[in-house]
Order: sequence, then C-alpha cells, then structure tokens
Amino acid sequence: MTKSATSSLIEIARSIGQNIAGPAANDVDEKARFPIEALNAIKEQSLLSAYVPQYLGGAGASLRDLSMISEELGRHCGATAMIFAMHQIQVACIVHHALDREYFRNYLSDLVNHQHLIGSVTSELGVGGEMRSSICAVEHDADNFTLVKDSTTSSYGAHADDLLVTARKSYSSTGNDQVLVLVKKGDFTMAQNGNWNPLGMRGTCSAPFKLTSKGNIEQILKVPFSTISSHTMVPVSHFVWAGTWIGTARSAVSKARAFVRGQARANPGTVPPTALRLAEVVPLLQLLRTSSDALLSEYERLISSDPPSEELSSLSYALKLNNLKISGSELIVEIANRALNICGVAGYKNDSKFSLGRVLRDAHAAALMVGNDRILHTNAGMLLVLKDD
Amino acid sequence: MEGKIRQILKDHGRLSIDTTKLAVDSDLYQAGMTSHASVNVMLALEGVFDIEFPDRMLKRSVFESISAILTAISELKTN
Repeated sequence: MTKSATSSLIEIARSIGQNIAGPAANDVDEKARFPIEALNAIKEQSLLSAYVPQYLGGAGASLRDLSMISEELGRHCGATAMIFAMHQIQVACIVHHALDREYFRNYLSDLVNHQHLIGSVTSELGVGGEMRSSICAVEHDADNFTLVKDSTTSSYGAHADDLLVTARKSYSSTGNDQVLVLVKKGDFTMAQNGNWNPLGMRGTCSAPFKLTSKGNIEQILKVPFSTISSHTMVPVSHFVWAGTWIGTARSAVSKARAFVRGQARANPGTVPPTALRLAEVVPLLQLLRTSSDALLSEYERLISSDPPSEELSSLSYALKLNNLKISGSELIVEIANRALNICGVAGYKNDSKFSLGRVLRDAHAAALMVGNDRILHTNAGMLLVLKDD
Repeated sequence: MEGKIRQILKDHGRLSIDTTKLAVDSDLYQAGMTSHASVNVMLALEGVFDIEFPDRMLKRSVFESISAILTAISELKTN
C-alpha cells in the first residue's frame, strides 16, 4: 500500500476521533454504553477491514498503521480505540493463519463489504485469566460443530457480529490443546450473565456472557491455537493495545500541555512550576512510544520471513512482549496521574475542558487485562531458565 | 538418557498421559505440557544432565517431544 494511502487511513481515524468519538466519549463513559457513533463511522470508512490484504479488497494496512489508528482513536475515546484494537487482533489471526483456505479468503472479502465487527471470546469461567487453557471443547461430527462456553469477559460481546472463540480441540483434548473457532452472526447466542459497571473502559461493554454456538467445521482454524497465540494473538494484541495506551497517554499529556500554556500566557516571562512537571512527564510518553515502536519493528521482521521466525515461539521473545505490557500499563497510569497533578482542580473536575477523570480511569484498565501479576509470575518463571546470552 | 527424560517429564511435565507410554515423537504439548510446566522441565533437564540451554534453544520446538529433547541434550553434550 502506498504511504499516502495508509497515512490517509490514519487521517481518517484522526477525524473520526476528533469529530465523532471524542464528542460522544463522555456519554459513552457515563452510560457504560457501546460507542455506536464511532463504530458506525469506522465501518463507513471501511476501517474494520484495514488489515485485510489488498488482493481480498482490504486496505492492506500494516500493523504499525493499526497501532497508529488505535492511537488516534484512543486520543479521544479509550473504549472506541480498544474495540477497534480487539477486532483487529481477530482479523490478524485470520490473515496470518487461515488464508491458505478459500473459506477464510471469502470470509475476509465479505468482511470488506459488510464491515463485520469480530469479538473475542478467550476468557472462561474456571480457568482464571489463563488464555492458553480451556475447559469447553468443540463438539463436532463430519460437517458441523457446536460449542458452548461460559466467558468471564467478552469484549463488546452483545455488539459483535461474529466471534473468534478458543476451546479445546475435542472433549478428549488436554486443556492447552486448543483451537480457534470462527462463529458467525445468526449461529450463536450470547446470554449476558452479569452486569457491566467498571471503573473505566466503560464503553467496551465486556460483560460475562454464556455463548451457545454452532457452525460448519470449516470455521475451525486448522493451525493450533498455541501457534496462533504466540505468532499473532499475543504480539498483535500488545502492539494495538500499546497504540490505545499511547492515545490515552497523549490525551492526558495534551491537556496538561494546554493547561501549562494557558498559565504561561497569563504571565508571560515566567515559567510556571507546572512546566517543570510537564517536562518530567513528557519523557515518559516518549519512552512508551519508542519501546512499543522498537518491538513492533522487530515483530514485523520476524513475522514476515517465510516461514515466520522460530524466535516468535521463544521464551526470550515472550519475555520482551510481557515487558512491554508491564511497562506500558504502568507508564500510562503514571502519565495520567502526573497530568492530573499538573492540571490540578481543573483536571479533577468532571466538567472542565481539562477533565482527566475518564482518561485516568481508562488508563487503569491496562494493568488488569491480563493482570500484571500473572504476567510477572510468568516472566519470573522464564527468568529461572533464560541466560541473557 | 531417555529414561531420565521420561522421569523428568513424569515429575514436572504435568502430562495427562503415562510417561512410560509416550512415543518418542509424541507431541508433549498436546499431551498436556503447559508453558509453565515446560519451564520446570527445562530446569530439571539442566540439573539432571548438567547442561545449560542457551536462550536460542529455549523455544517451543526444542521441547516438543522426547526425541527433540534428546537431540538438544546430545548437541549440548558434544560441545
């Protein structure tokens, strides 16, 4: 794709962020409602098929483009950005692992035309936050399958058109012998099993749902989920989430910067004390951006070799991605806190142009999806055997 | 050597299959070995065989089966 074409995707995202997602963001947050206005605009501009290759009718955007689109949306509405990001992770799983099959090539061509929103059902009651373990299993005969799953959190589960669901390959499979299954609109019900009233990311509507689904066995991706997870789902998640985090962080820092500029204009010739605090927080945003960017470049190199580099299934690579998650999720809370400190009472009020409440609350979600302690524990285990050689 | 590997898999692999019955090329992950368990297996292998797996060998394929592990250990022991 030409540079000008993808930069226009980012400009489109910027415009949607500024003109549609942003103005609705407070209402989305207050009501914990789905950001329908922004998602409609995203669909109208065919952004949901951004990652679909051009030969299938998509924009053929890069992962970096997806991360930047997530950022542009995240500057104005964390929930919108996260919904976009979660959908793109599902698309990436299909693009990277299923396009050798006509069924999925047709599916993605369809997605370009209809802009279906794909949800993710990886979590499950009874497995804790462990994505690489399932209790539920696919039940199938020669042609069809059924799958029932009790999820603890399904991102925008009630608003998704289609879903990608993890499950044990069969009832005789072990918990980590999983497959990823595409479940289509009309073939499933999602019965909401609890309330959705979180501190932040309120528009993502990620309540617990019980999924009852069926479909054709063609809809089961053939590549084992262990491979899809380490090659695509985990890395792509980190990069698009990092995009949303950078967007959230920018939103906080932009307000802090505007506040400081306002103080300076009121007293030309002085450097307000808040400017020093601003100088302290700006490097944190740069750190977040550059660490994500460096890993993203490395990932693009590893995934583009044919076959994809074995390094993608290495402990050292998993450690790096986990590190990004830990650092990034901690940095954005730090950044949002400092921005609040700079903006003071104006930031603390919910009805001022410097309000930082929603951004701060949204920032806290990052450390919880997946819980950082779980990730630190995994890293600790890996550090028992990694040599740093 | 194979017997020691099977014992380590029995003690640390958390497999759902009897380790004495595993074929040398059976997929250990499909037999139930999680990534967490695989780290414990790696540690035990290092301890028992007095070797160190360099980082480049700490990847999924190296610990995929008994025969893959045997190959890895042999490679390290000859160097």
